[in-house]
Amino acid sequence: VSLDLRRIVDVAPLVKKGDVSPVDLVKSCLEQIDARPELNAFITRLDNHALTEAKQHESEIRSGRYRGPLHGIPIAIKDLIDVAGTKTTSASALPAVEATTDAPVITALRTAGAIIIGKTNLHEFAFGTTSDETAFGPVRNPHDVSRSAGGSSGGSAAALATGMCFGALGTDTGGSIRIPSAVCGTVGLKPTLGEISCAGVVPLSTTMDHVGPMTRNVPDAALMYEVLTGRSPLTIRDSSDRVTFGVPQAYFCDRLDDGARQGLDCARRALAQLGHVVRDVDVAHAAWTPETYLHIVLPEASAYHATWLERSPSSYSPGVRLRLEMGRYLLAEDYVRALRLRTELTHAVDAAMEGCDVLLLPAQPTAAPPVGATSVTVAGTQEPVRAMMLRLTQLFNMTGHPSIALPVAHTVDHLPRGLQIVGRQGQTPRLLEIAMSVEKQFAQCG
Amino acid sequence: MAAPPTSIEAWLAAAIADAERRGLPELKPLLETIARSTASLRAAYESLKR
Repeated sequence: VSLDLRRIVDVAPLVKKGDVSPVDLVKSCLEQIDARPELNAFITRLDNHALTEAKQHESEIRSGRYRGPLHGIPIAIKDLIDVAGTKTTSASALPAVEATTDAPVITALRTAGAIIIGKTNLHEFAFGTTSDETAFGPVRNPHDVSRSAGGSSGGSAAALATGMCFGALGTDTGGSIRIPSAVCGTVGLKPTLGEISCAGVVPLSTTMDHVGPMTRNVPDAALMYEVLTGRSPLTIRDSSDRVTFGVPQAYFCDRLDDGARQGLDCARRALAQLGHVVRDVDVAHAAWTPETYLHIVLPEASAYHATWLERSPSSYSPGVRLRLEMGRYLLAEDYVRALRLRTELTHAVDAAMEGCDVLLLPAQPTAAPPVGATSVTVAGTQEPVRAMMLRLTQLFNMTGHPSIALPVAHTVDHLPRGLQIVGRQGQTPRLLEIAMSVEKQFAQCG
Repeated sequence: MAAPPTSIEAWLAAAIADAERRGLPELKPLLETIARSTASLRAAYESLKR
């Protein structure tokens, strides 16, 4: 068994035995944060708190107290989530309020022994896919600083990719965990809708918001998921079963760049060679996805922000403000129509999964776009960056199916590409089992 | 008897006029994009009835 000291599942047992110090783990992460200031990954650093806690965690290990599977592990938190004693800025210039209590997800992490190392940068109020509309400087991609880290949880993904933390929390309303994970070469899990509490999290769309773990590998994502849902740790194991993968075609594979297509093709070949079944499927009405999503997310976001839009409109980033303003003009009758289509799309995804264990598709149609770009050309067609980055992920926020992004090797360029695996409703553990198995096979691609 | 759906053209004209009144002319192209999206949404919705 290989030991990778970047993996929580490898480091945590060493911490438990006293072979690795939580203080050293925290110091290592702080050094990495110091080393890459140009990434703008963090909004709030908690160096002193983290070091103090690490010393306490270290002494607890010496005295035989082990809090749980994340004892002494540095974790970063998207700055949309309340951490007691810190401001929840949402990456906005609007006045931020200091949280007096931890969000339930933070309580779960702390109970398991996690050390909160800081709060990460994001696309303002999670309302964007590039993390370059933020009052704290654009989050830059660690693999190419001229490019976006994706969003909205861009700071969390950039921090993971550079060793600034061992795990992170993100939120995902249209792809905000999976998009930055895909373009930064990390792993991000959007669980089943409603599975992990969104209390203490600034909402974007109250019917589509998800909180989930972001990590460097699938076993770590599974461990954090177990902690966040109160499951017994390390009970989700990689699957040795033969799995049937459905690859949705129309809409999903219509416009992909060479790297995304190559990554998908390589994964298909590798999985088939291992005896898995990989077959094409179609999701009925998938082309309805963008307009349905838009007519739900815009009014829901605008409703939350209505007071501040009136009171302090210039405090928002211009693009975020305009999207929020647009939501105020949509008609209630069209919102209701969108909800009806959402139900239809949910049935369509369920139907596409009949006879399949999971769906397999690219997480993004392209690699990370340049910071500040508003449009990109994909397979000869120019499209807005935001629409392009949401295209393959947003459906599953509406339908609620669990979905995970994980890196796949490729040879087109040096930029990461991600694949997305979508599980059945309420079967996030099974999705993680399959994703663990797939992750091992991806090492053969490229 | 239910009122007919608000026409997209009427909605768009009213929305643009309001945005300009509020000093937000830059919303106009975005509202035009939304109008096209709303037309697609309504077409999809109507197709469910057939």
